[in-house]
Amino acid sequence: MSPILIIFYVLAAITLATAFLTIYSKNPIHSAIYLVLCFFSIAGHYLLFNAQFLAIVHVIVYSGAIMILFLFTIMLMNLNKEDEVHKPRITRLGAITTFILLSTALVLIFMYSKPFVGDYPTTGEDFQSIKKLGTVLLDDKEGFMVPFEFASILLLVAMIGAVLLSKKEKPTK
Amino acid sequence: MDSAFIIEKSIFIVVIFAVTMVMAMYSTWAERKVAAYLQDRVGPNRAGWGGLLQPLADGMKLFAKEEFEPNTKNRFLFFVGPAVAMSTALMTSAVIPWGDRLEIFGRTVILQATDTDSAILYIFAVVSLGVYGIMIGGWASNNKFSLMGAVRAASQMVSYEIAMGLSIIALLMMTGTLSLKEISVQQHGMHWNVFYQPLSFLIFLICAFAETNRTPFDLAECESELIGGYHTEYSSMKMGFYLFAEYANMFISATIISVLFFGGYNYPGMSWAIENWGVNIGNVIGIFALFAKLCFFIFFFMWIRWTIPRFRYDQLMNLGWRILIPLSIVNIIITGICILAFK
Repeated sequence: MSPILIIFYVLAAITLATAFLTIYSKNPIHSAIYLVLCFFSIAGHYLLFNAQFLAIVHVIVYSGAIMILFLFTIMLMNLNKEDEVHKPRITRLGAITTFILLSTALVLIFMYSKPFVGDYPTTGEDFQSIKKLGTVLLDDKEGFMVPFEFASILLLVAMIGAVLLSKKEKPTK
Repeated sequence: MDSAFIIEKSIFIVVIFAVTMVMAMYSTWAERKVAAYLQDRVGPNRAGWGGLLQPLADGMKLFAKEEFEPNTKNRFLFFVGPAVAMSTALMTSAVIPWGDRLEIFGRTVILQATDTDSAILYIFAVVSLGVYGIMIGGWASNNKFSLMGAVRAASQMVSYEIAMGLSIIALLMMTGTLSLKEISVQQHGMHWNVFYQPLSFLIFLICAFAETNRTPFDLAECESELIGGYHTEYSSMKMGFYLFAEYANMFISATIISVLFFGGYNYPGMSWAIENWGVNIGNVIGIFALFAKLCFFIFFFMWIRWTIPRFRYDQLMNLGWRILIPLSIVNIIITGICILAFK
């Protein structure tokens, strides 16, 4: 086995194990921490594809931002076992059926789609480099400049909106 | 990959690790000395000449102290907290260019552990992970004060990360690259970025103070309100790790500030020195130049700590969200206009 394959198996095992532990652990904080580990191993998978940018952005966005907010909320809510709401049996049954249907659909999609397995032609171009990504995203003729700018303005507006929401209203006389 | 390359990189990584540790160790000594100087005292002067062996004595003390554990259900996470804090503090040094290159036995040795073209993103990724050490440790301590300290520290770090990222964008618009090596090369010949981006530098510096939880932003360990902050329950070497991680972070952020804004390993007359004295001597002086710059910034961190009192928490949040973020957005716009007008 090549070292890459061994790394892949190890990473895949970690991803699956932490994903299952996220669901199975009783303590919500443990769940959140397992989810962080899961995200890390997914970033590792991206690195195996030589997609450095994607891996790093994945770590920044998911592990560095979203999961920290999750942890924050869970820690401040201080969930205990006593507060745990026991779901009625019908909800559980519904959840199980939905999961089975969804997984059947996913397995079928995976079986009928034909993934491209084979050798890729070498073009001599480094497609994972940030320069390449930048030209693809920001080129005004062939690229996605206008959607990109729209998305960035949307994010900026969301951030300013968050700041405004937290602003205290001055008492009007 | 030939084995010589692997050996070279391994040696380099070990050297960086050792240097970071020694610098962090002696920062604790320097902090006491600077504090003593600013408060008209002598400072540590018993162990070794001028107290130079004090950090070793402190380390011995921390190892030898009794390990006390709080009554917590999460013993494992209680252990993980300081470990995460320490490892994230040490991870950043992988992408920093410590010098240009050396020629040893006919081999060109690049003085950088890895030169990825996403180095700045990597640094931000590691910085954003630094919050976990504090949050996990604070929560696993099973103590209200620790939890409050952790939440404070984490929300402060998360808030200032935004301003930090935005302030760096103006710089990246100018340099056009994310690789720290490239940024260092571009600053050759006194074209230091601080002359072109003073506002960006100022915002970055303030955010670096907040990210390392140093005074005036050390609300996480506000004694009068929170006892010891997130490491209230820690004792012995685990607390040592948290404190040590702070100093390692300080060293790394001083390095990043010098690389991004103060020319990195460049110094006046570098090309002349390389031409006349050879590549090796010229670049070794470069390494010392970088260390001189970062030592100045470490001193600056300490200088501020013993000069400015702590902010109030609402003042801290106001500064981060209402002043620094708008300022850095304005800075981005001004930089964009200048690039359009002059290039």
